[in-house]
Amino acid sequence: MDSFFSTYLWPAIVMIGQSLLLLVCLLVFIAYILLADRKIWAAVQLRRGPNVVGPFGLFQSFADLLKFVFKEPIIPAGANKGVFLLAPLVSVVLALATWAVIPLNENWVVANINVGILYVFAISSLEVYGIIMSGWASNSKYPFLGALRSAAQMVSYEVSIGFVIVTVLLCAGSLNLSDIVYSQKSGIGTMIGLPNSLLDWHWLSLFPMFVIFFISALAETNRPPFDLPEAESELVAGYMVEYASAPYMMLMLGEYAAICLMCALTTILFLGGWLPPLDVWFLNWVPGIFWFLLKGLMVFFMFAMVKAFVPRYRYDQLMRLGWKVFLPLSLAMVIITAFVLKLGGWA
Amino acid sequence: MGLQAVFFYLFAFVAVASAFMVISARNPVHSVLFLILVFFNAAGLFLLTGAEFLAMILLVVYIGAVAVLFLFVVMMLDIDFAELRSGFLQYAPIGALVGLIVAAELIVVVGGSVLSPQAAKSITMPIPSAVERTNTAALGDVLYTHYVYFFQVAGLVLLVAMIGAIVLTLRHRQNIKRQDISKQVARTPATAVEVVKVKPGQGL
Repeated sequence: MDSFFSTYLWPAIVMIGQSLLLLVCLLVFIAYILLADRKIWAAVQLRRGPNVVGPFGLFQSFADLLKFVFKEPIIPAGANKGVFLLAPLVSVVLALATWAVIPLNENWVVANINVGILYVFAISSLEVYGIIMSGWASNSKYPFLGALRSAAQMVSYEVSIGFVIVTVLLCAGSLNLSDIVYSQKSGIGTMIGLPNSLLDWHWLSLFPMFVIFFISALAETNRPPFDLPEAESELVAGYMVEYASAPYMMLMLGEYAAICLMCALTTILFLGGWLPPLDVWFLNWVPGIFWFLLKGLMVFFMFAMVKAFVPRYRYDQLMRLGWKVFLPLSLAMVIITAFVLKLGGWA
Repeated sequence: MGLQAVFFYLFAFVAVASAFMVISARNPVHSVLFLILVFFNAAGLFLLTGAEFLAMILLVVYIGAVAVLFLFVVMMLDIDFAELRSGFLQYAPIGALVGLIVAAELIVVVGGSVLSPQAAKSITMPIPSAVERTNTAALGDVLYTHYVYFFQVAGLVLLVAMIGAIVLTLRHRQNIKRQDISKQVARTPATAVEVVKVKPGQGL
């Protein structure tokens, strides 16, 4: 009985506790990310943004949450009811499940698995199902068109994201996310005499990949300027048209969880995760989680700014960018990186 | 071991049950969704055997790409369910016959196959633990070092198939307006704008 407790029950309790802690922190964080998104957008357009609920509108997201939950969920008569309700669940569960392998600090990770980056890639490639299912199950024209657009878009940009990840893997030599962060302790900065600095991180050595990854992440998460699945002027709200109250909120939550994930992934792959930017004693003394959050928020600020001032792409331009520009470019970079690593003796 | 067995039976049961649902579901879109569930559970089974890389690749390739295309095609089909159901019994005997033949062939092939002595030897070799040799490194070694020529040939076969598919479906249509980005970017005021002096009341 005692061995059962120590081998199964206690690890299970610890794991569930860690997951719950991560989830609660993440959900609160997403609530404020959502507010930040609206505030930044408002500031660019010289508006105030939400400023009524709580000081500076800080509780706006929670007020929205209550409102969503207490409204009546409407299910269209022609909808395929099971799939219609399953779709928001799928998108939110998948978006949150990916966070299990994200290392927030040294050893701060729920599941430190060997194939971490592949797991993230696999689960985020499944996120398209939430959108296709919701679009199809709504049984109406706008959602269906939105879902088709979105599926094509996400599948296209996944290809270039995959190649970007491959170049980072070639440099890091591991699929484990923590190892990818550790591999950024030495690089260009060490060569020019600034060891453990921000010049060591992959963003500098793989700068074109960094740019491609950021733009592909925008497309992958259906953010403006690539928000064609929900382009208001053409498709009202795309695949979300028929959704109301809590299911709608879950779709939005899944979307923002995916955005946060992409910010975290950019931080881990290119911005050195929890590593401090310079090897100075007081910067090393600051906990790693702070650096991780700071870098993630910087990337998110870019996400929000792009939303505020870049006009929406046309759909054929989007496809052209994905297949004719990013795919050949990232493929060439994979080959170049492999050759440089092999010939330079780093591999 | 007990926990692993529980998960094995969970994944296996769900996989088999949803495989049954794939062929018995009335709605083809539901069939594809159940197919995705089968893939997902197969990935879980791979994980249980320690083949983590294969599990993730199964997720990325089969669910993330292949099944999306399936779903695309099936959603596009305009299906009359009543008509689909009415013909079921009519074709059942032929379907059963085909099924029987395939089953018989499978039994003959699998029952008559002999493991080559070399392969039998390599099966009995101990599997190194995940700590000293990861899945990914082992697979990379096999694919890109030991069998690199076969791998290249397989890639060439796929490339030929892809080019064939493109050639078969490619047709050059005339009189279509296409956007040529480089042409647009290369335009200057000198080549794009013509200044015309128009006399009042005359027009061009």
